[in-house]
Amino acid sequence: MADKPKLAVWKFASCDGCQLSLLDCEDELLTVADHITIANFPEASRAVLDGPYDLSLVEGSITTAHDRDRIQEVRRQSKFLVTIGACATAGGIQALRNFTDVQAFMDIVYASPEYISTLDTSAPISAHVKVDFELRGCPINKHQLLEVINAFLNKRNPNVSPNSVCIECKKRGTACIMVTQGTPCMGPVTQAGCGAICPAYNRGCYGCYGPMESPNTSSLANAMQDLGVTEAELQRMFRAYNAEEPAFRQEGDCHGEESQ
Amino acid sequence: MSDSQDGTRTIKVDYLARVEGEGAMYIKIRNNALEDVKLKIFEPPRFFEALLRGRDFREAPDITSRICGICPVAYQMSAIHAMEDLCGVRVQGALRELRRLFYCGEWISSHTLHIYMLHAPDFLGYPSAVEMAKDHPEAVERGLALKKIGNDIMNLVSGREIHPVNAKVGGFYRAPARSELSALREKLLHARELALQTVEWTGTLDFPEFQQDYTFVALRHGNEYPMNEGRIVSNRGLDIPVSAYDEHFEEQHVDYTNALHCVMKPEGSSYHVGPMARYALNFDQLPSDIQGAAKAAGLGSVCTNPFQSISVRAVEVLYAVDEALRIIETYAPPEESSIIVEPKAGTGYAATEAPRGLLFHRYTIDDDGIIKDANIVPPTSQNQKMIEDDLRSFVSTCLDKTDDEIQYLSEQAIRNYDPCISCATHFLKLEIDRE
Repeated sequence: MADKPKLAVWKFASCDGCQLSLLDCEDELLTVADHITIANFPEASRAVLDGPYDLSLVEGSITTAHDRDRIQEVRRQSKFLVTIGACATAGGIQALRNFTDVQAFMDIVYASPEYISTLDTSAPISAHVKVDFELRGCPINKHQLLEVINAFLNKRNPNVSPNSVCIECKKRGTACIMVTQGTPCMGPVTQAGCGAICPAYNRGCYGCYGPMESPNTSSLANAMQDLGVTEAELQRMFRAYNAEEPAFRQEGDCHGEESQ
Repeated sequence: MSDSQDGTRTIKVDYLARVEGEGAMYIKIRNNALEDVKLKIFEPPRFFEALLRGRDFREAPDITSRICGICPVAYQMSAIHAMEDLCGVRVQGALRELRRLFYCGEWISSHTLHIYMLHAPDFLGYPSAVEMAKDHPEAVERGLALKKIGNDIMNLVSGREIHPVNAKVGGFYRAPARSELSALREKLLHARELALQTVEWTGTLDFPEFQQDYTFVALRHGNEYPMNEGRIVSNRGLDIPVSAYDEHFEEQHVDYTNALHCVMKPEGSSYHVGPMARYALNFDQLPSDIQGAAKAAGLGSVCTNPFQSISVRAVEVLYAVDEALRIIETYAPPEESSIIVEPKAGTGYAATEAPRGLLFHRYTIDDDGIIKDANIVPPTSQNQKMIEDDLRSFVSTCLDKTDDEIQYLSEQAIRNYDPCISCATHFLKLEIDRE
């Protein structure tokens, strides 16, 4: 098949974990490669085919002037652009820099800042170019990634639920740990997709998939305060892996030591 | 790019493939002599040490796991051990065994990824494992099956293979039942066959003749092949507790790279961390049948040809599979899934053996458990200068080859180290922070 769709995988500021998810599809990888030409995926191959590309998967956030220009070129070469993971969809954990005075931040950590170029913020890809679909998660779920690729190949919309993690706990048969054990849990305001792993491991969800479709964050924050969660802790819970998602940013801004 | 008028040849790779992260290579040859070699890392920094400040000490394992999607377990383990060191807690018994099992999963998965998908294509002449699979399906399928079993261990112990969720300061959120671990046994017995075949298979590859007199640095525990604990030792007589790391190693800022070069004090010399260092310094800790498999694959008790690191990784995969089997067969669940760790002001240190080598963490926290300072030194920062030294020696032996051949072999020489550039970058400046 000479006209298989061409896939490109691009990396910006990130940990490589979301693109690794594709290589972690041990049972499906060779089948995927039968249906799609891996045209540009440096982590997996030294062969690079020229664009344009039918499907681009973009990992990572925009943190440098060079990357700000590079994403424009990626967009130009991509018919369909999907961002994968919290760095690409929300700026990632490195967006915590956005909450500080960046100059002070730089002064703390750099002896020779002239060697390094960096922007003031870590921004999601959608802040710079049009994105056709965002796949959430830190990291993404590899089965959801396969679903997105499959949907693209079959010209349909990906079946990715906008519901909360609570729905996945119910499906999995996990008793609510917030109700039964008094464990603070971000599940009610966090998008499903991970499979509700944390509560199944006796731990509160920590929000790595970002806000669900219609999150009632203030109500959850009140319930957490009833469980003894402090203002500073509440702020840290909302300011983590998806700190720049508007619903989490807004709730995080309402808490903190200064508001005690 | 053939010889220019003035006899200068420049070989550049602007974006290194089949490594984790964004790096470039630059080689300059003048009048048939090597003039300059640079491994450039242009991956943007993410300021982890800065963003850890002000976070709760219990958050460090999850936050630092985001430094690397390939070896998140290593970050979680080093962070957890450093916090326990700081708070004066030692985790023993079944919880210690579970941590070791968890780490075995990452070694199996990460090493197998490198052996079959990143490194082997160099030896067999393919751009990728997917291309290689067309002619060598049995090898690639073996690699994928083995890698999957590593991921299965991480999934079971800790929920998922990338940024797992179950490990915490003091132990785990939930300890698996004995029956859950037993379910892995059949898979691991199969993995043992695959791992043994992998050792044998890597022994059949053609290795360039290239021996180096390395300074190897790794943990040494004394009763086991090192993963989570031990003293930092070298083959030149170094033998120090982890807390003395800063007295013996330092990071130097170099203008062309976004990662610091780590060197050994006082000479500022390069050193080698990773599978070859662990193997050389802990060969006596391997069971005799694994020593035998290593020898059958052409390895001595010390390996000094970095191209043979693919065989050393295979030996470590075999060991990790055996160790996982041992732990599963003797596992008795702990009474509690974790012990309580109360914060106290101070500084704590830990080093564990990430798949790519020694991973050092140091944290200072206050009485409320809030992080005041963090320093993390990943293996690829430590190997970066060593990689350049290797390139310098190696390229000098093949100046008669074409530029394309030199480029191909040089890329292979870099991949000998399984460099994780995502890791290396994120630490750029911490040393400087302290000065």
